[in-house]
Parts: sequence; structure tokens; C-alpha cells
Amino acid sequence: MTHSLLRRIGQLLLVTFGVSVLAFLLIHLIPGDAAELILGAEDRSPEALAALRADLGLDRSLFAQYVIWAGHVLQGDLGHSISTGRPVLEEIAGRIGVTLELTLLSMLAAIALAIPAGCLMAVLRGSAADALTRLLTIIGITMPGFWLGTMLLYGAGAIAPGVPLIGWVPFSVDPVGNLQRMILPVIALALPVLAGLARVLRASMQEVLFADFIRVARAKGLSEARVIFRHALSNALIPFITSAGILAGYLFGGSVVIEQVFALPGLGRLMVGAIAERNYPLLQAALLLATTAFVLVNFVVDVLYMAADPRTR
Amino acid sequence: MSGTFLFRLGLTLVILQAFAAVFAPWIAPYDPNAQDILARMGGPTVEHWLGTDNFGRDTLARALFGYRTLFAISAASVLGALLCGGGLGIAAAWRGGWADTVTMRLMDILFAFPIILLAIGIVAVLGPGAVSTSIAIGVVYLPIFARTLRAPTLLLKEAEYVVASRAVGAGEWRLVLRHLLPNLAPVILVQTSLSLSTAILVEASLSFLGLGTQPPTASLGRMLAESRSFLSLSPWPAVFAGVAILLAALGFNLLGDGLQDRLDPRLRQH
Repeated sequence: MTHSLLRRIGQLLLVTFGVSVLAFLLIHLIPGDAAELILGAEDRSPEALAALRADLGLDRSLFAQYVIWAGHVLQGDLGHSISTGRPVLEEIAGRIGVTLELTLLSMLAAIALAIPAGCLMAVLRGSAADALTRLLTIIGITMPGFWLGTMLLYGAGAIAPGVPLIGWVPFSVDPVGNLQRMILPVIALALPVLAGLARVLRASMQEVLFADFIRVARAKGLSEARVIFRHALSNALIPFITSAGILAGYLFGGSVVIEQVFALPGLGRLMVGAIAERNYPLLQAALLLATTAFVLVNFVVDVLYMAADPRTR
Repeated sequence: MSGTFLFRLGLTLVILQAFAAVFAPWIAPYDPNAQDILARMGGPTVEHWLGTDNFGRDTLARALFGYRTLFAISAASVLGALLCGGGLGIAAAWRGGWADTVTMRLMDILFAFPIILLAIGIVAVLGPGAVSTSIAIGVVYLPIFARTLRAPTLLLKEAEYVVASRAVGAGEWRLVLRHLLPNLAPVILVQTSLSLSTAILVEASLSFLGLGTQPPTASLGRMLAESRSFLSLSPWPAVFAGVAILLAALGFNLLGDGLQDRLDPRLRQH
């Protein structure tokens, strides 16, 4: 286990380094002069350009720029927002809560519903049931969340007009209002993940249900419910947990789009706004932080997997 | 076999929609940008089968042209990723050693980014538009094709018939073209079909955010985004834009899923 853990840590460091290089290069890959593009036509005085170039570090060699930039990042300085002049870390900190709440609630909803759905689908047999569950899960996986969200909003507006279902209020101010506004975004974001997870669980459950120890459990006279939930499910959960880690990144990315549908002031809306105003330092920081978080989540999932499965030790 | 029906359904959806995309200019009932002001925000009628939007533009015509944009961008990016990413994966496995290590570690780094975020970052650098969206989605799929094609190449490289062929003096190119690629074809077909399904969703998401093709080119994602402003007056453009995106992604996913069952010998007994 120590060897594979060290190997995994090495891989983590390498990937994090690579991600930081790509995020760093974002500003340098912009065709043309980034400083001129960012300033636009309004204030292109030589002093303003020179000041911005110095702030972005564009006046040094690429390698020196990366070292200086990485040094700042490690000290928690990710640059300043072009539009407001505030540190980008502050701007992101003000928005990240919304995105995290949406992502976590969707993750919980998807996992909580995928376990019974996957078990149910595994028990259903026969070619018609097989085709139906397959079709339903594939429809779920390919459902465009932003469309589902739009339709839910339209339907809710027709059924219950006047109920506030978009926008955001802090949980500390109005817990009910906060959760009420999260219902539709969570459904829209969680459904594809729910379908994907249910499918993974169904496949691993069907594999496990043919194993010898399940036959033994049945032969001992245990009830079918106990066989499925106690013996089969606990063994079928390992691939499920691994996919849940990968899907966390999908949910985080998906929330960028869903926030737009429900006017949620999260990181996604911040990023989409930043593109329109060419706010590259903000985009760079958001990309770097979100990806690093995603890499760390997957690392933790892998380590848990190693701890749970003796064969990987 | 239950999968046969779903496979045929997927194939039918793909063929019909590809036909619509290719022949949109000939089968569309109206010019997608023609405005019929008197018929604004109408529901389905004899003149406008799928209704009209807030400018009185025909939803069916815009959806057909939207398919064109959606399929063109998704296909360009997935084929680009297949050629570049798949090529890298095969070359890495075939060469082995440090070339393999370096290539695959680089792919790990690209793979670490959440899909939509990487695509948004690339579009931010290149500026919104059809070409930058294709490049962005293509880059996202590079590591996926590299990984999917590397693993079977590693196995096939050591296969007895490849070793035997090499022993009788076959050149490297002959080995790759005659023995490797035909055996990789099933994996390539399945991965391409499944990737097209998700690439369609990524393209639609990007154009929903306003980062894809720019007006006046019809695009299903932007059509949905624009129709949100008059949703309570006429939901039809929003409904049909979404159904079109769903059917496009669904078709390729069912096709890829069915191909996987048919082409993977380990699953054939079921």
C-alpha cells in the first residue's frame, strides 16, 4: 500500500504542476497583446499598458514569469480582477459557496437515489426490463440539464406562479428560501449523474449477484432483502464510489451552465461574465482552483478505494 | 436480444438527423432567418409545424439549420481528437519507453480538467465562434482517445500474429496499417460514437452560454437560450430546441452502446 500510495502522490504532484502550467499559459496563448486586449480601446495610454504588463508580469521571460506567478499563487495571491481591481481570490470566495452548495446537494441527491434505483434495476430481469432500464438510463445520461432546468422552470411557473424558484438567498438569512430555490437546479444538475451512477451500480450488482458468496447467503436461508442490501450491495459499491469521484468534476462543470439557467450567483456565472469582459486573471484563477480541487477529490477517492480494497494494497 | 431494438433506434435517429443536417437547405420549409412578423410566437400550425419565435422565424427551419451547426462542430472536434489523440495513444504504446510515459502524463494533465471548464478556458483564449468551439471540444477529447486506443495497442503489439509478422520481416508501417488498425476498428467505432454523443451536449452547452457560433448562424443551444426570454408567451422554440439536442445525443449514445455489445466478443454470449 505504501508503494502505491507514494506513486499516487507523485502522480498528484505532477498533474497539479501541469495544471498550473496550463492555467498560467492561458494569458500567454491569447492571440495578440493580452494587455492591449484587456484594456480595450478606452485607456490605451503607454503608462496604463506598462502598469498592466507589470501587474501581469508580461515584461519578463516566460520561465521567470511562471516562477514568479507560481510563487505568488502559493502565497495565496492569484492576481487582481480587471473589472473591479479587487483580489480575484476575494471575488471567487464570494461566489464559490453557491456553486459548492449546488454541487454537494446534487451529489447527495444523485447518490441517495442511484442506490435504490441501481438495486431495483439489477433485480429486474428479462429482455424487456433490460431494454427499458437501458433506454431510461441513457435518456437520463444524455439529458441536457440546461434544457431540463428551463422546462422545469416553465412547468413550475404554470403550476405554482409566484413561488420564488430562481436567484439565491444565503442559507443563514433564510434557510427555507435557500433550499426552495435549490430544488429545481439540483434536479436539473443531478439527473444525468443519477442515471450514470444507477447504471454503474446495476452492472456491478448483477456481477456480484452471481458470485459464490451470494449463493451461500441464499442457501443459509437469508431473506432476499438481506442478501441484496447487506451482502451484494456492500461489495458492489466499490466501482460506484470510484465513478462518484469522477462525476464530482462533471457536476462542478455542469453547475457553470445550470447557474445560468436559474440566475444563481455562483462561480459559473462569474466565469461566463469574465469571458465577456476579458477578465483573464479571474478566469485563470477560477480554472486553476476548480481543477486543483477536482484533482484533489479524485486523489482522496483513490486513496479511500485503496484502503477499502485489500487487493490494491 | 433486447439490445437489438435500442441499437436500431439509435442508428435510425443518427441517420435521420444526419440527413436533416446535410440537407437542411433543401428540406427546410423557410429561410431560418426569414421573419414572419404577423406569425410571431405562434404554436404549431399548418404553416409553421413547430411554431415560431419572437421574430416570427420558423422553429423547424431554425432547428434543421441548428442540427447542421451542431453536427458539423461535434463531428469536426471528435474526428480531430480521434486523429490526434488516438494517433498519440497508438504511437505511445507502439514505441513504449519514455515516449509513452511523457505522452500519457501530458494526457493525464489534460484529463484532470473538468470538461466544460477546459472548453470554456480555451474558448476564452480563442474568442467565441465555430472554429474555437471545435478546437476547444477537440482538445477536451484528446486524452480520452489517447487512453482508449493505447490500452488495446499495448496488448495487440505483443499478439502472436504481430510478433510472427515482424519475425518474417514486415515493416513497422505494414504492421500498424495491416494488423493493428483493423483490430482497433471496433474500439474506435464505439468510442467515436459515444464521444459524439457527449460532444453534442458540450457544444450545446457552450452555445447556450453564448460561446459557440455567433448570430445569425442558427444554433440549437443559443436558440434555447434566446427563447428563455419569451418562455411564458411561447414555449415552443425552447421545447423543440431541447428535444433536438436530446435526440441527437441520445442517437449516438444508443448507437455506441449497441456497437459495444455487438463488437465486444466478451459480451457476445449474453
